[in-house]
Amino acid sequence: MSGPSFRYIRAARLDDALSQGARQGATYLAGGADLLPLWKAGLAAPTEVIDISRLPLSQVSYAGDALAVGALARLSDVSAHPVVKRHHPMIAEAILASASGQVRNLATIGGNLLQRTRCTYFRTDGLACNKRDPGSGCGARRGESRHAALFGGSVGCVATHASDLAVALAALDAEISCRGLTGERRLALQDLYPLPGATTAPDTSLADGEMITAVHIDGAARFAAQSTYLKVRDRASFEFAVVSVAAALRIERGVIAEARLAAGGVAPLPWRLGRSEAALIGRAPTGEAFALAGELAVEGATPLAGNAFKVPLLHNAVIRALQTVGEGS
Amino acid sequence: MNPDTTALPLADEKHLPMPRIALSMTINGARYDIETASTATLLDVIRDQLGLTGTKKGCDMGGCGACTVLVEGRRIASCLALAASFSDAVLTTIEGIGTADRLHPLQAAFIRHDALQCGYCTPGQILSGIALLSENPRSFEEIREGMSGNLCRCGAYPGIVAAIAEVAGL
Ligand SMILES: Cc1cc2nc3c(=O)[nH]c(=O)nc-3n(C[C@H](O)[C@H](O)[C@H](O)COP(=O)(O)OP(=O)(O)OC[C@H]3O[C@@H](n4cnc5c(N)ncnc54)[C@H](O)[C@@H]3O)c2cc1C
Ligand code: SF4
Ligand code: FES
Ligand code: FES
Repeated sequence: MSGPSFRYIRAARLDDALSQGARQGATYLAGGADLLPLWKAGLAAPTEVIDISRLPLSQVSYAGDALAVGALARLSDVSAHPVVKRHHPMIAEAILASASGQVRNLATIGGNLLQRTRCTYFRTDGLACNKRDPGSGCGARRGESRHAALFGGSVGCVATHASDLAVALAALDAEISCRGLTGERRLALQDLYPLPGATTAPDTSLADGEMITAVHIDGAARFAAQSTYLKVRDRASFEFAVVSVAAALRIERGVIAEARLAAGGVAPLPWRLGRSEAALIGRAPTGEAFALAGELAVEGATPLAGNAFKVPLLHNAVIRALQTVGEGS
Repeated sequence: MNPDTTALPLADEKHLPMPRIALSMTINGARYDIETASTATLLDVIRDQLGLTGTKKGCDMGGCGACTVLVEGRRIASCLALAASFSDAVLTTIEGIGTADRLHPLQAAFIRHDALQCGYCTPGQILSGIALLSENPRSFEEIREGMSGNLCRCGAYPGIVAAIAEVAGL
């Protein structure tokens, strides 16, 4: 299996990469763990591949409770980094629950956030899919909808985003820095992922040739002691999430002062559970409070025939994650 | 002739017009200066161009671990790697691990623990196991988790885990 030919260019400097990446038909290569499978399956057909893997964007730094992780840092290096393990263990957990050692040594932070959906209709040639072949219809919505979204989907597309890392990052209010030919901008991680409209939507809000340079988490180390990433999957390891939950609490004098909850496998982007978070504030970390959070987490879900089981699954996963986190209090 | 080298993907019509690039790599201590297709995966270069067919192709999509090689001691799935991206890299493939009369301790342990049946997954299991051992697994559970990127259709998992555990001193 292989796709059409492309020219290979190794970017020597960030500025070079940005102008090369902005050319029509060009695409960036970081680890290649998603780009190569997509290329082999005919889902990516770049005419130029700009290898950015050797650009100096792989540093992890931490100062004044501001964590910055370069977009080209490998997943395995980030999960093993002492600063990440100490101040943001949930990120290390989410990474270690992702893929396998062989994949994590290749995959980068930026590439992970930009991986395309695992929707079978999208990844399999010849099936109806608006994302792959606009106007052909959404096969998943009418057919095998086990992995479809509970939230944020549309008539046109019900794909879910598969990144585990993104879910943990979203719970911690992460932001990303991007660089394009016209300059730099910083946006909330969730704003990277547009919701699908009547047909479908572009995967990301990045402009052509825009590069993610870093991920930032500011002032969230206070959650280190009480946070967890719970991933529910079809086998114990090396599998994408059916449902996942990133949970963090800050408990002060027996009362929940802050709560962070995000869910994976249920939406086209990491899905913050704002109503559950709000309901937890000011309550004691008890089973009753956690049950309420679980109920609010699934409010507004729009299940299809094949994924209705994910409603109770998400409900229970939220409760379980909160129990794990609340145990420390 | 090795059946692996009969269907050379680098030489078929679909690949010939592809832009070619110069590449040098050190594999098992030997230096290779080659020219290859810009689109070639590291796995295809290792197997089809360099004839190091100990590295296997199972799924060609990152899911089985048969293609595992070490880059500076770290394991990667070579089917997910673009060869061009690994110019100047220092690699180890199964051909660089042990010899027939001086097996690597993990190879010897695989034999003792019956950690294989057909052997197709074994090169990847051994390299992955060696990389995992350098990460100091502390329990059988950590070995199982750490080896989850290597599938075995023959189901030799108990022997594989036991062999790695023995070398890890567990
Ligand atoms: C078998 C297998 C199992 C997996 N399991 C999991 C899992 O359980 N959980 C999980 O979260 N993920 C999983 N993944 C996905 C994996 O983590 C991603 O494929 C990987 O992180 C992609 O990163 P990369 O650096 O290799 O990206 P690449 O493949 O190099 O790039 C992916 C895309 O992002 C673009 N890109 C890359 N970096 C940048 C940047 N800095 N700026 C702009 N664009 C960029 C590229 O142009 C490309 O379009 C799995 C993958 C495989 C193959
Ligand atoms: S859910 Fe989206 S990606 Fe999947 S088939 Fe429907 S349109 Fe395609
Ligand atoms: S052939 Fe590379 S992981 Fe299966
Ligand atoms: S020994 Fe046959 S696949 Fe593992």
